[in-house]
Amino acid sequence: MASNMPFVRYENVQKSYDGESLVVKNLNLDIQKGEFVTMLGPSGSGKTTCLMMLAGFETATYGDILLDGKPINNIPPHKRGIGMVFQNYALFPHMTVNENLAFPLNVRKMSKADAEAKVRRALEMVQMVEFGDRKPAQLSGGQQQRIALARALVFEPELVLMDEPLGALDKQLREHMQYEIKHIHESLGVTVVYVTHDQSEALTMSNRIAVFNDGIVQQLADPVTLYERPDNAFVAQFIGENNTLVGTVDAISGKKVTVDLGKHGKVQATRVVNVAKGDKTTLSIRPERIAFSDKTVRGKVSLPAKVMELIYLGDHIRCRMQVAGNDEFIAKIPNSNKPISLSPGNKGYVSWNIDDCRALDYS
Amino acid sequence: MSDNRLLAADGTPLKRKLAQSLFRTKLRTFGLVCPLLALILSAFVIPIVFMLSASVYDDRYASLMPKSTIVMSEWDGTSPVTEEMAAAMVADLVVAKKEKTIGRVANRVNREFSGATSLFKSTARAAKKFEPPYLEALEQKDKKWQNIEMWQAIKVASKTYTLGYVANAVDMRVNSTGGFEAQDELRQIHVTLFIRTIEISFIVTVACLLLGYPVAYLMANLPNRTANLLLILVLMPFWTSLLVRTTAWIAMLQSQGVMNDLFVVFGLATDDDRFSLIYNKTGTLIAMTHIMLPFMIMPLFSVMKTISPAYVRAAKSMGATNWTAFWRVYFPQSIPGIGAGSLLVFILAIGYYITPALVGGQDGQMISNIIDFHMRRSLNWNLAAALGLVLLVFVLFFFWIYDRVVGIDNMKLG
Repeated sequence: MASNMPFVRYENVQKSYDGESLVVKNLNLDIQKGEFVTMLGPSGSGKTTCLMMLAGFETATYGDILLDGKPINNIPPHKRGIGMVFQNYALFPHMTVNENLAFPLNVRKMSKADAEAKVRRALEMVQMVEFGDRKPAQLSGGQQQRIALARALVFEPELVLMDEPLGALDKQLREHMQYEIKHIHESLGVTVVYVTHDQSEALTMSNRIAVFNDGIVQQLADPVTLYERPDNAFVAQFIGENNTLVGTVDAISGKKVTVDLGKHGKVQATRVVNVAKGDKTTLSIRPERIAFSDKTVRGKVSLPAKVMELIYLGDHIRCRMQVAGNDEFIAKIPNSNKPISLSPGNKGYVSWNIDDCRALDYS
Repeated sequence: MSDNRLLAADGTPLKRKLAQSLFRTKLRTFGLVCPLLALILSAFVIPIVFMLSASVYDDRYASLMPKSTIVMSEWDGTSPVTEEMAAAMVADLVVAKKEKTIGRVANRVNREFSGATSLFKSTARAAKKFEPPYLEALEQKDKKWQNIEMWQAIKVASKTYTLGYVANAVDMRVNSTGGFEAQDELRQIHVTLFIRTIEISFIVTVACLLLGYPVAYLMANLPNRTANLLLILVLMPFWTSLLVRTTAWIAMLQSQGVMNDLFVVFGLATDDDRFSLIYNKTGTLIAMTHIMLPFMIMPLFSVMKTISPAYVRAAKSMGATNWTAFWRVYFPQSIPGIGAGSLLVFILAIGYYITPALVGGQDGQMISNIIDFHMRRSLNWNLAAALGLVLLVFVLFFFWIYDRVVGIDNMKLG
């Protein structure tokens, strides 16, 4: 029975700080052993609170959190055996790197020789062996980050929590560290719960992503599903770039809906959420699925468009257009060897497959 | 001629150009601090230098008794008193009597030899009628002139630069040959007072730390609103006059005061055998701890405010109990605040004056009170200055110790 139990389970968890509003509204989330799950969302969406409740630094106002099948609400943080990486690393400034790493082993009363061996192994894992005698202040941000990671893993916890650990690093280092964390996760097989507001970070590293907004998990899915088949307008908007058109449902036939865009005509789209005839809906189309041409394309949805602005970005050209009254309609045109003869003011048609246009809730 | 100095665009050396461009900024900066600098110089540095110099400089005898001073400086201090010394003495005494400066001279010599005041004054009155040989005349006038110690004291007093006052401040004295010897036992009071001053300061510092640390911790870890309220409560004493606070303690601690009444009510003391909590060392300790507490809390608070709660959380997530997390992670990071607060309180306490004067009684007096006594009552400013000098040396010494143990760079006041 224990084998089909998830490793971490949030059961109807609610959290309120002031007794007037809920920061986390009825959270249900299962995390399997060995998974890398990311809680993604804008600031104030409740994701960090969820992490802190799991770590034991916040208590759930209602509901249970189960770790390995056992409720942990009443277990103090130091008895949970959960490794944690903090936003600003929280390396103890008065201790050397070695002392920092030995700290969790010392409080577990491990023998000195064993502890030294483990510290060394952890430092090898993050390629920082030669920095053992330095103080944290003498390390760069990336190095501190590695040490914080090693410290969270040195006592071999089964669950590691990371609270925006890469937030303070520059872009290049951040991307590098993403791969490093991903590889460490794969080689150690620990369960990782990761919190971030950076969607590309979440897509790079996670097995599954829980998109948070307004204290609710909007969608929990693997990166591909999340990007390709967002459940609602918030997820579509939050993950990757997205074009939206607002209209009213005109007709429903199976998986297809016809949406009335008013004076701009009617388009067909894939039905995702339960909408009825006459409901307002948001159509979502990814910019890279849009083609621009002189005339309408057979078998695709086409709408007249006017080029407003072109931005050259090397690998692609970002084209801002006016489509169905929306001035912020973006298309990504790949930079192939065909010369592009577009200029602002050109008129033509944008077209896409019906599958790529999803009719979502109106928000 | 090749010149490898860097040149600015117009050919002048870059360094000079830089200095020129910075000159205006420097001038303005200096202009801004000028008023404060003038105030500090005129109200702090110069008076202190002037006052401290009085601890080793005293030209009263030398300027009022010039002839005697010259002759005394040639005397070795042990050979018999000569006629020349006596003649110079009588001549100076006659002048001093006429100029009405004899009182000051007598007072100066009296500091080295008790009873010299009356001797000098009576001798000076008769000096005009003295006939040579003067030594005999003096000795006939008063037997004390036969005492060689009297003459030795005059020799000590005649020196313009003297370590006598500093020696006095540490219960020593300078003898006529320039050596140091212990002060008469009855006049040894300063060392005891210095020890008591340091002891009181130390106890007050430790008490402030023990009382202030939890308060500062609470303030640093509470939500801002509550913390601000606490901060106001901590700062409240600063808005009340020091005298009011001290006299409030008198009302609280006196034998018919609030505290003793409560002790009686709770049966901790009987009505006719109440605790003496004031006009002694206990009173000084209680009142001073209360007054110094904010000076401990503020630096502690400002340091603790910067310690992120993530450190303690990190420690706990790694398996540390509350106590281990505090003792091994939080406490070491609060040491700069402890250092700053302790040093501040200790240095303030070591020179504290008004509170011990009001509630200290006999055994709660500190060195500042004796300095005050010499400034206002005995008018021995030189000794007061010497005591101040010794106190200053003590403070610098503790500062040095602190620097060696904690490191002055580790100190944070905010």
